Amino acid sequence: MDSTGLTGDLEGAGRKPAISLEAPSPRYGEKAIKGLLAVCALLSVVTTTAIVVSLLIPTLDFLARVPIGDFLFGTSWAPTFTPASFGVLPILVGTLSTSLWGMLVAVPIGLASAIFLSEYASPRVRKVIKPILEVLAGIPTVAIGIFGLVFLSPLIEKVLPFMVNVPPFSAGVAGIAIGLMIVPIIASISDDSMRSVPSGLREAAYGLGSTKMKVATRVVFPAAISGIIASLVLAGSRAVGETMIVLLVAGASPNLTFDPGSSVQTMTAFIGTTATGDISTGTITYDTIFAVGALLFVITLVLNMFAIRMVRKYREVYE
Amino acid sequence: MADPTETERVRLATAGARAVTLESLSSQPRGDLFKGALFYALLILALAVALAGLAAIIIQAAVKGAPAIGPDLFTNGPSTLNPSEAGFRPALIGTLYLILGVIVLVVPLGIGAAIYLEEYGDRSRWWNRLIELNVQNLAGVPSIIYGILGLAFIVRGPLDLGFILVAGSLTLALLVLPTVILAAREAIRAVPPSIREGSLALGATQWQTIRRQVLPAAVPGVITGVILAISRAIGETAPLLLVGAATFVTFNPTFLGDNGYSALPVLIFNYAQRPQDEFRVLAAAGVIVMLVVLLAMNSFAVWLRNRYEQQW
Repeated sequence: MDSTGLTGDLEGAGRKPAISLEAPSPRYGEKAIKGLLAVCALLSVVTTTAIVVSLLIPTLDFLARVPIGDFLFGTSWAPTFTPASFGVLPILVGTLSTSLWGMLVAVPIGLASAIFLSEYASPRVRKVIKPILEVLAGIPTVAIGIFGLVFLSPLIEKVLPFMVNVPPFSAGVAGIAIGLMIVPIIASISDDSMRSVPSGLREAAYGLGSTKMKVATRVVFPAAISGIIASLVLAGSRAVGETMIVLLVAGASPNLTFDPGSSVQTMTAFIGTTATGDISTGTITYDTIFAVGALLFVITLVLNMFAIRMVRKYREVYE
Repeated sequence: MADPTETERVRLATAGARAVTLESLSSQPRGDLFKGALFYALLILALAVALAGLAAIIIQAAVKGAPAIGPDLFTNGPSTLNPSEAGFRPALIGTLYLILGVIVLVVPLGIGAAIYLEEYGDRSRWWNRLIELNVQNLAGVPSIIYGILGLAFIVRGPLDLGFILVAGSLTLALLVLPTVILAAREAIRAVPPSIREGSLALGATQWQTIRRQVLPAAVPGVITGVILAISRAIGETAPLLLVGAATFVTFNPTFLGDNGYSALPVLIFNYAQRPQDEFRVLAAAGVIVMLVVLLAMNSFAVWLRNRYEQQW
């Protein structure tokens, strides 16, 4: 009878109540579930580790045979020829060239679309167009590549012959197709970040007599700049890592040039064409695929980390 | 150097401000109105170009591929010699199996990881922040790198499965897992803390709270994320090239059969690379089939999210 908590409480304030607030059992099930879920989350770390390990080991084998200087700064790329040469610059420049032309197309179009959606469009228009953009962002890149190869390339060859030297392959046309792929990314993320700018800033600018255009370009755009830069960097990273479009449209000749009319081979296209053949492990060709993959991974990793930091920055300021 | 007196300074400042105001007021209407209209026109033009360009992809495929659309497309196997009779049957079945595998793997793993990160993971611990950053980074890794991972780790290396369909499924699952985790996290985070606190205050355990309160409220968002991830997996081509989606498989693939397998986007890619126009028509027809499925799935996902977007 004395063991009830009530009397205990009445007798003295300093004593612990006998009723425990702890769970009646240790709840091993709860802990097991937590552990199981943690394993799911850890799988992502395992994936990253596996990517790094699977890239690193063959890359080290590769670098044991080819000096790193020859690889990074060599200007001739012919890994499957005899005599082979392993200068990565032509395919690195090929990647930069197609990505650059893609960004040149997508940045103005994407940013202008974002400004329109965020600052000018009525809620009704926005509610229709934003989902359409999101759905179109899901078009597979192989479909965009076929569009580039079958439609864009012949069309551009007729209108601007200097853009397509070796029909139907052209770095510039591949860039335009990549641009189509990344426009929705830029538009969607930039729109989100401009809409997260507090309306007080806009109203203050209007109160000082700004026009709508000034508010959009001088107030909202700078205030959202970190999110906008993040969208551009993410889009750039997608452009660098894109495989199917460049496989179909850019061709397969490793030319060290930024000329939009030239056919180029990109790093992804090299991996995509070479790794499909039945090549055996341990050969230098097999290792080359991984060395190029490692370089590609490092480039996109740096871009993604930068974008993630920029996104955090705008979240911290306005949320 | 005579210092202007206080009143003089005030007068100067007032005059300056007045002049600036007058100038800006009088100059505003014509010039800025014109510039504003031009700017607006440019914005509209840009959006129109973006939408037209993306719509052109769909329209062009529809026009080019229309002649090849028919029952043969779904029932016939691929052919290198005879494009008029070639179809996509093994590739369609291959993609179906691949995606089944992806769903089975990705749904529990992705949602589980998302629950851990949102409900259990203490953000002040470095390892939880590491996992979070890691997932964000994985979402941005190019798909062809996942192909390399699949080749080195799943087809060969530690798992050593060989070029079988399950290896393709695993590779695609790893590829879309970060997308599912990120989307599921967003959905779980949108459930307000008061719901959890109410449940815990009534004596529910943490898992009971998650299972009976948080997850049901987050279901629409989670499903949206899963559908978008699956549709990405359907259209993904590059990693499959590396993990053995051989193209001219004329028989129906199986999960573990080591005779090779095929997938819809890979076969489309292969047809598109051939110089003869008949094969390009076939590729365009394949693109139509793929786009119809994907656009339907994506539209449903976006509709679902907008429909059930809950305002708490």
